[in-house]
Amino acid sequence: MTVYLLCFALFLVGIYGIITKRDLVRIIISWGIMGYAVNLMFVLFGYKNGSIYPIFVKNAPVLPQTMVDPLPQALVLTSIVIELGNTAMLAALAVRLFQKYQTFDITKIRRLSG
Amino acid sequence: MKQTEGMTLIVKTVTRISVWLVLLYGIYIILHGHLSPGGGFAGGVIIALAFLNVMLAFGRDFIKNWLNIDMLHDIDSSSATMFIAVGILGIAFGGSFLANFIPHGTLFNLVSSGTIQVLNIVIGLKVGMGLFIVVWALVLFHLDQKE
Amino acid sequence: MILPFFIIIPLLTAFVITLISGERDDWAVILSIIVEISLLILSVFCFFRVDGTAVIYKMSNWKAPIGIILVADSLSIFMLIIVSFIALTSLIFSVHYIRHLSPSWNYYALFMLLVTGMNGVIATGDLFNMFVFVEITLFAAYALVAYGNRAEEFEASFKYAIMGSISSAFVLLGIGITYAMTSTLTLANIAEVLKQKDPMVSLWIGGIFLAGFGLKAAIMPFHAWLPDAHSSAPAPISAMLSGVLIKALGVYVLIRLFFNVLGGIAIFNEVFVILGTISILVGGFLAMGQWDFKRLLAYSSISQVGYIFLGIGLGTWLGILGAVFHLLNHAIFKSLLFYNAGSLETAFGTRDLRKMGNVAKALPVTSFTSMVASLSISGVPPFNGFFSKLIIIIAAIQAGRPIYAFLAAIGSLITLAYYMKVQRFGFHGKNILQVEKNAVSFGMNSAMIILAVLCLVTSLLIVPGIREATLDTIVAVIMNKTGYVSQILGRQ
Repeated sequence: MTVYLLCFALFLVGIYGIITKRDLVRIIISWGIMGYAVNLMFVLFGYKNGSIYPIFVKNAPVLPQTMVDPLPQALVLTSIVIELGNTAMLAALAVRLFQKYQTFDITKIRRLSG
Repeated sequence: MKQTEGMTLIVKTVTRISVWLVLLYGIYIILHGHLSPGGGFAGGVIIALAFLNVMLAFGRDFIKNWLNIDMLHDIDSSSATMFIAVGILGIAFGGSFLANFIPHGTLFNLVSSGTIQVLNIVIGLKVGMGLFIVVWALVLFHLDQKE
Repeated sequence: MILPFFIIIPLLTAFVITLISGERDDWAVILSIIVEISLLILSVFCFFRVDGTAVIYKMSNWKAPIGIILVADSLSIFMLIIVSFIALTSLIFSVHYIRHLSPSWNYYALFMLLVTGMNGVIATGDLFNMFVFVEITLFAAYALVAYGNRAEEFEASFKYAIMGSISSAFVLLGIGITYAMTSTLTLANIAEVLKQKDPMVSLWIGGIFLAGFGLKAAIMPFHAWLPDAHSSAPAPISAMLSGVLIKALGVYVLIRLFFNVLGGIAIFNEVFVILGTISILVGGFLAMGQWDFKRLLAYSSISQVGYIFLGIGLGTWLGILGAVFHLLNHAIFKSLLFYNAGSLETAFGTRDLRKMGNVAKALPVTSFTSMVASLSISGVPPFNGFFSKLIIIIAAIQAGRPIYAFLAAIGSLITLAYYMKVQRFGFHGKNILQVEKNAVSFGMNSAMIILAVLCLVTSLLIVPGIREATLDTIVAVIMNKTGYVSQILGRQ
C-alpha cells in the first residue's frame, strides 16, 4: 500500500511543478514527471508476490501461474509512446514560442486575455 | 567553435567506431522482438539515437551532406502504409483486421510467430526515421535568430 | 464487416497523402474529398442497417475479454454521421481558405488523422483503445490549432496542449484504478464486474473520469482552454473543434462511461445538471462582453454544451431526446457561424466587430446564412434550435425541477441578445468597407449554403413518423443501460 501512496506523491510533485513554475521548459519536465508516476503505478498493479518475469525461455519450463501479469506492461509501453509524441509536440511549441516572444517566461506570454 | 561544427576530436574518433555498433544493437532488438523484451518501438528509438549521435558529434552541415532527408521521409511514410497493408491482408486471408496469416513456425526460432515479426520491422523503421526527422526539424530552427 | 473501415480508410489516406504529394496540394485535396464522401455514404448506409441490436467486430480474431472489439449501435453510427458530414463541409470550405496561409499538403494529412481519431473513439468498445484514439485526435488538434504560424496561435495551442495533457494523465490514472479493480478492459465486462463491487469504487472511478474527460468536453470548471484555442485556430478547424471534437471526445465518452459502464448513478446525474446550468449562464454572460467575433462564438459553444449536459443529467426520455437532438443541431449551426467568421476574415482581414460595417451587399451569402444561423441558435421557430431547446425545457419541468427550466429559458434569452449584437455590429454596422471581388470563393459559399439548408431540414426530425425511425432508437440505446452489456456478453 505504501508503494501506491509514494506513486501518488510523485504525481502530486508533478502537479505542483506545473502549477507553480514560470519557465516553459520546467512545465514540460513536470508534466513528464506526472507521466512517469502514472506509468509506475500501472506496472506495480500487475505484481504478484513471489512471481517472476513473464517470458518463456528455451530449455527452462516455467508455468504461467508463477508469472507476473503482462497486460499492464503492454499498456505502459503504449503509454510511453504516447507521452513521447506529446513531449515532442510540446517541445516544438516551446521552440516556436521562443522565436515569436523571445522569452520562455509564461508571465510575459500573454497576448490573449479575457 | 561554431554551433554547427560538432564536438572535439576525441568524440569524433570514438563515434566513427561506435555508431555502427549502436545501429547493429538496434537491429538486433527489432528482429528478436518476439523472443526477448524490446520489439519495434525500443529498437526504433535506438536506431534514431545512432543517427542523432552522428549529428551531435559531427554537426548539422555534415548530416546535410551525408543523409538524404527526403529519402528518410519516404521510408517513414511507406512503412506506415505497409502497416495498414498488412492489416488489410489480414482481412483478406485471416478474416479480421490485423489477423495472423503467416504460419507460426516452431517455437523459439528466429523466424516464427507470424505477422508479429513483420510488424516489428515496420514499426522499427517508422519510429527510427520519424524520431530523427522530428529532432532534425527542431534543430533546423536557429534559436538566436529573430523572426 | 465494414466497421474497421471507418478507421482504416482515413488512416491510410493520411499516410498516402504524405507519400505521394509533391510541392502543391492538388492530389491531397482530391483524395481527401473523395475519402470523406465515401465515409459519409458508408455511415448513412450503416445507420439504416443497424436496427436496435449492436454490431460487434473482433480485431485480429481474438474474443472479447482478451482482444479489442469494435461496437456499433445506433448512438455510435449517429455520431459517425455527424463527424463525417461536418468534416466534409469543413474540407470544402478549407480548400480556398488554407491556400491563403500556405499551399502545403500538411493540413490535409493532419485533418485525416483528426477524422481517424474521432472515428476510432466512437467505434471502439475497449477502454484503453479509446484512450489511444483520444490522444491521436488531440495531437492532430494541437498541431492544427497552431497551423497559421501567428504568435497568438502558438500561445493558444500551448495552453490547450498542457491542459489536455494534464487531463490525459488523470484519465490514465482512472484506467489504472479500473484495471486494478476489475482486471479487464472491455467496457461491457467492466460494467458487469463493477456491479458486484463496493459502490465507493464506482464513485471514485466516475469522479476521476469526470475530471479527465470533462476537460475535453469543456464544461464549466474545465473550460479555460476553449476561448483561446477556438478563436485562434483557422476557421474550418474551429468549426471541427467546436462542432464535433468536444462532442465526440467529451459528451459521447461521458455518455458511454456514465450510462452504460457505471450504470447511471444518481449523484453524477445531479452533478451534470448543476454543471450544465452553470455553463449555460456563465458562458452566456461572458459572451455578451466580447468584441472579437470568434471569441464570442467560443463562449457560446460553452453555453450550448451546457444545454446538452442539462438534458443528459435529467435522465428521462424527453431529456435525453432533447440532448441528442441539440447535439446534432449545435454541430450544424455552430459550424455555419464559424464559416461566416472565416469568410468575414478572408474578405476584411479582421475579426473585431467594431471595425465591420455593412456587408449585406458585398457578401450576400454570408449575411443571409449568418441570419439563419443566429435565429437557429437563439431558438426561433421554425428552425431546429427552437425544437431542441423546447424539448429540454419541457423535460426539466416534467422531471420536477422548474428552477432549471427557468434558468435554461434565461440562457436562451441571453443567447438571443448577443447574437442580435453580432447581427447589428457585424452585418448592419455604420462603416462603409471595401472588399475586393471574389474574396469568398465558390467552395466557401457552397459549404455555407448546404449547412443553412440543413438548419431548416433537421427540424423535420421532430415529426413523429421520422422521429421513431431515427432519434428514438438512439435514445433507447442510452436509456436501456444494461442492454449494451447484455448484447455484447451474450454474443461473444
